Formats: sequence, structure tokens, C-alpha cells
Amino acid sequence: MSIGMVRPDLPLAAVNPVAKVAATIPLSIALVLTLDPVSAGVAIVCELIVFMAIGLGSLLWSPRTLPVWIAAPLTGLSMVLYGAPSGATFWEFGLIHISEGSLEIGLATMTRVIAIALPAVVLFLTIDPTDFADGLAQTLRLPARFVLGALAALRLVGSSIDDWRTLALARRARGVADRGVIRRSLGQAFALLVLAIRRGSTLATAMEARGFGASAERTWARRVHFGGTEWVVIVVGCLVAAISVTAAVVTGSWNLVWS
Amino acid sequence: MRIGESVADSRPVEIQARRWGWRHGGRREAAIAGLDLRIAPGERVLLLGASGSGKSTLLHGLAGVLGGDEDGESRGELLIDGRPPEASRGRSGLVLQDPDSQLIMARLGDDVAFGLENLGVPADAIWPRVADALDAVGLRLPHQHSTANLSGGQRQRLALAGVLAMRPGLILLDEPTANLDPDGVREVRDAVARVAEESGATLVVIEHRVSVWLPVVDRVVVLGQGGRLIADGRPADVLDDRAGELRAAGVWLPTDVPWRAHAPAPTSAEHLMTAAALAVARVPGDPVQRGIDTRVDAGRILAVTGPNGAGKSTLALTLAGLVRPDAGELAAGVALAGDLGSEPWRWRSRDLLTRIGTVFQNPEHQFLTGSVRAELEVGPRALKLSPRERTARVDRLLAALRLDPLADANPFTLSGGEKRRLSVATVLASRPRMLVLDEPTFGQDANTWRELARLIVELRDEGVGVVAVTHDETFVEAVADTRLVLAAPPDDGDERAGTSPARHGDRAAHGTQRGVRA
Repeated sequence: MSIGMVRPDLPLAAVNPVAKVAATIPLSIALVLTLDPVSAGVAIVCELIVFMAIGLGSLLWSPRTLPVWIAAPLTGLSMVLYGAPSGATFWEFGLIHISEGSLEIGLATMTRVIAIALPAVVLFLTIDPTDFADGLAQTLRLPARFVLGALAALRLVGSSIDDWRTLALARRARGVADRGVIRRSLGQAFALLVLAIRRGSTLATAMEARGFGASAERTWARRVHFGGTEWVVIVVGCLVAAISVTAAVVTGSWNLVWS
Repeated sequence: MRIGESVADSRPVEIQARRWGWRHGGRREAAIAGLDLRIAPGERVLLLGASGSGKSTLLHGLAGVLGGDEDGESRGELLIDGRPPEASRGRSGLVLQDPDSQLIMARLGDDVAFGLENLGVPADAIWPRVADALDAVGLRLPHQHSTANLSGGQRQRLALAGVLAMRPGLILLDEPTANLDPDGVREVRDAVARVAEESGATLVVIEHRVSVWLPVVDRVVVLGQGGRLIADGRPADVLDDRAGELRAAGVWLPTDVPWRAHAPAPTSAEHLMTAAALAVARVPGDPVQRGIDTRVDAGRILAVTGPNGAGKSTLALTLAGLVRPDAGELAAGVALAGDLGSEPWRWRSRDLLTRIGTVFQNPEHQFLTGSVRAELEVGPRALKLSPRERTARVDRLLAALRLDPLADANPFTLSGGEKRRLSVATVLASRPRMLVLDEPTFGQDANTWRELARLIVELRDEGVGVVAVTHDETFVEAVADTRLVLAAPPDDGDERAGTSPARHGDRAAHGTQRGVRA
């Protein structure tokens, strides 16, 4: 089993992952600063247009983005029910106050979650973990030991999922799976940890035997570029943030969270 | 280290050990002590010895991966080309036993390139060397190919390519074929032979099954307990002169079958489990094998064989009542089910204990407690046996499987052979009527093999029905009574499974294989 394999035919798959992550940052900062429906709504519209234009439209509605579409309304709903009440109150029950203000906050929160999470999920679907590690190490110059160690560890996640299933079956076979779910799960988690450490140390030996961590200057077989396309991606990210903020300020709904 | 120095130098390595020893941190006894050994450049050495002889330690020492002072204590000198191995990274390449834990990168080409990057080879020079190395081990797949989708034999050849690309003067192989099916063993052995021939590199290989490597090596070195040198010389001489000692050390000599079973009692056997047009799946709805017709009889041993990916382990889990059948019929006979229904996957976990015992491929998946004794008591406790009965059963098993000196040891700290014996013993403690074993003899030396084979046949003679999933042809020939062959699932979905009798005496004839249409 493996995780995080990416289809190399996707648009943007060849773009330096560091640029893709960087492109989402300005909008995220802008949307965290303010709590209003306009900025986030405009951002969502911009995102949909941009993704459809570059051919990532199909990913927007893929099962991978489903968590976003589920989580966002739920977050919004909890704000509607429990957010600080203001304006006209429509309904009350115990701690629940649905008011004009809480409805507004709920809408603003929901759109915010979508506007921030949607591009993150879609862009990450186009990022191959190996490319990301290359970008972190070569573009951002993070230490190779750390980046490649983390990348190798990621490969063990797949084996751990298989281990977990087998451990559960082994417990049934040993006659202890009828009762005590919590205690059994704890024991199973510990066994998983032992197996993971085992695998990890074998992997570390294999890496060391191939010269990993030696004192020589490391080279990179896959050269990472940071050129025109990468800058365009970042500029588009900044533009979306700028348009959203401008729209909010012009319509008067810009609303800094601490004001 | 100057960049490129070790890279350009691919001459065969000379190995020199002078009174060399190593004690792992936290252990009282040295793994290896006072070893004197010289291996000339270009020699191809098969390193033999019982478990505990320190041969893996020697190999890891040569690869320079034993670690520093905090990992253990070194004595004497171990030199490759006159320098400590740690100072000559890239001069030696190591391939380990476990095919799953050696994949470093997600893509084939990147995995081979990894070592070259670490050695500081310029990027332009890396890719031609990657292509050469993959070519040398016969892996003709695109560089983008996912390493997760490789078979065991392909993974080991990939690991070899990764080592080879570094152009080492010394190739070190630590039981590289112990976990592979027969095809995988041949693939890897042939690749190593070709590579050793072309590169002229010094080669040191550890392996229990001597016959696999005899065509490749020109010297055999045998280590005894604690790294004592027992024998050293030309393969034919060593194997002839020292056959007795080698057998005692668990070395698997060519053409040896450690033990053969007698035929089972000819009485008609009760049916324990019957499968008809059975489809098995780990993930429901995604069967790995269809159309299996088979039967498990009391007092008989059924061997399930077939290539990797044919669904052998999944079938074992299904027959063991751990996984629900995906389609078709699976019914436990009255002799097995007793007063329960005939669908074993619906039985409670505790009800399985006296009915079906399962020994998993990796013993570590099965261990639940912190000591060997407690491990053996798990089943009897779940059955609510009296303390006296429990102790009696456990003591008998400890003695029978030579585990009594280890009664208080932690199961995870045992050797491979001991773990395997313990995992079988834990199952026997609850006395099941049917036994399901997944690769019981995988990677075991001849001694453990013989013990396991004897034990399984004893159980058969007591009336236990045994299912053994195995790649081990010797086991099938010498021990099994019937054989079920699962075919690799072809792409067109035309999957078959066939049963053939494996008769005692004349095991060579499997021509009567019966194909059953899915």
C-alpha cells in the first residue's frame, strides 16, 4: 500500500510544490484577519474560476474534497447555534441563540473554511511527496537529513495500515477479541508502535548503508526549478487575495477580527 | 572525505579482520570476538553459521552501519582496503533480508539514485548510472514506476541496483533471498551472479540454503558460536569435510531434506472444512482469488502453493475464520463446529481457540504479552482452564519446543527461529482441531525446519487437520499430503485453482494437477 501517489498528468503537477503552497498563504492570512461573508465568498468564486480555467475543475468535485464540503457547513452551523448573539433573535433553546448576528457569523465562517481549505486540498492533490521534499530541500534549503527522513517515514505509513489490520485479525485468532475493546486497542496500538520502530530501524540501516548522512556534500538527481511559471502561480494567489480584500473593503463589510 | 574519491574507485575491496570483535550495547556477551579473517579482492564468499554466530554482525560491520560507541563496543580491527568501513562509505553496498523495509523512495529511478546523491555524484552522471544498474539486475521498468507495486524478487533486485549504482568494490548480502518465492530466489541469485561477474567486486553473502549460492561463490567461511572460525576453504572441500558440523549448525546442505514424514494413517478422515467456488478477499468486494474448491480433513496436511499475489494468505485467513468469504461456499463440518453454526467467520473469538489455530507469517503480529510463559497462557486463560491445567499445558509446551530456558524472556527479543516456535506453541496451548499456518518454514534454518516439520506431522497423527500456505517445495514434498495450487490472477479475470494429490514417496510427479474453472 502506498499513500500520496499523484497523477503526473494533472495540470500544475510539474510546478514546484513550494510555489503552490506559497500561493495559498496570502489569501489564508487575509481571510483570518477578517470575519465577513463577502471576502470569503469572492475568494471562493475566484478559486472556482481559476481551477476550472487551468483544468483542475474535476478535482473540485472529487471525493477527495468531500471532507471540505461536509466540514464547512458543520462549522458554520455550530457558529449559528452558539455564536455570540446580536441583532434580532429568531430562536432560543438553552444555550442556543439563533440571531441575526450569529447567522452572519455562521455564513462568514462556513465560506472562510471553504475558501481556505478548498485550494489547499486541490493543490495538495497535485503535489507528489517526493517533489515536495525536493522543493523543501532545494528551494527552501531545509536540511536534507530532516526532509528525506520525513519522506522515508511517510512510506512506512502504508505498511502500518496493513499491520494494524493484521494485528486485529491476530487478536481474534488468539481468542481475546470478544471483550475489552479499549484495552485491546491500546495493546494493539503499542504492538503497532513496536513494529513501526522495527521497520524504521531497518530502513534507517538501509539508508545509512547507501551513504545517507555521510559527510560528503549531497547532490540532487532531480533538479528543482523555480522560474516563470512558479512566479505566475504565486502572483495569481496574491491577486485572489487582493480581489477578495478589495471587494470586502469596497462593500464596507471588511471586519477585522480584533476590532 | 573528498568528493568523488570513493565514487571513482570501484576496484574490488580487500577485507582484513584482526582479532576483531563487537558487543552490542546492553548485551553482556560479545556477538563476535577475536575474529581473524582475510578476504582477497574479488573473492566471492558464502558466510555460514548457526544463528548467534555473529555473521550478520560481521556483515553490518563491513558495511559500516554498526554505529558508534553508544551502539556497542568494538575490539581489534576490521578494515576494508586498510581503512575502517565507516570512513569508506560507498566502497561497500549492503542488501538486507526484508524486501519491504528497504524501499527508500516512492519511484524506482529515485530509489536507485538515492545512494549516488548521498555520495555527491553530479546530477548529470546519476541517471546514466541508474539506467545501467537497473539494466544489470534486469529490472526493465520505467523510472517513474511505483516501488510499492513491485514483487518481493523485484524489490530485492531494486535494492541490489541501488547498491550497484554506487559501484562498490564490496557487495554484502544478508540473506537476500530468505523471504522470496522460488522465482524470486532465482531472479535475485542470477542478478547477483551477473553483477559479480561484470564488476569483479568482492562479494560476501549470508544464506542458510547453500545450494542457491554454490554456483556463484568460490569460498565458504563457517562461523561458530561467538564468531569462532570453524571452517574456511573451497566450497566443495568445506561442505564435504564439515558436513556434520554444518548440519548441526542448521546449515542447509545441497540436496539435503532435513526430515521426511511417513504417510498418514489410511483411515478415512473427517471433513473439517469444505470450500466450494470460494472467492476470498482482504477488502470486501475486491477478491484476490475466485473459484477455489478444497477441503480440510482431520489428520491430513494440505499445502497451499502458488505465486505471490495469488491470494494464498487471504485464503488461509478465510479458512481460519478470521475473514469473511467474498463469495461461494465455506462450511465447517460438524466434527469441527460442534454445536456452533457452520460459518466460522461468525464464531466468537473464544470459540475459535479450540477449533482453529492460526499461525501468522510474521510471529510478531501475534504476540500479546511481555514474557514467553504469559504468551503461552493467553489461550488457556481465555478458555478459563483451571490454574493447574494451565500450568501443566504450558510446562509441557515449553519443554517440547525447547523454550523453557526462555520462559521469562520478552517474545520480541527472541531470535527468528525461537519466535516461530513460540508462535506455533501459543496456538497449540488451546489444542485446536484445525491448524492454519502461513509460511511456517519461511527463512528458517534446517534445525528449526526439522523441528517444525516433526511437530506438524505429530499433530496430524493426533488427528489435527493442517493447512499450510507455503513457497517451500521441500516442505510440500516431504511433509504435505495434498496440495492446492492457486494460479496468479491473470488480467483477463480468468482465474483458476487446482488441487492435486501430493503422494508420499514419489513426490516428483505433480502431473495430475486438476484445473477447476472459476
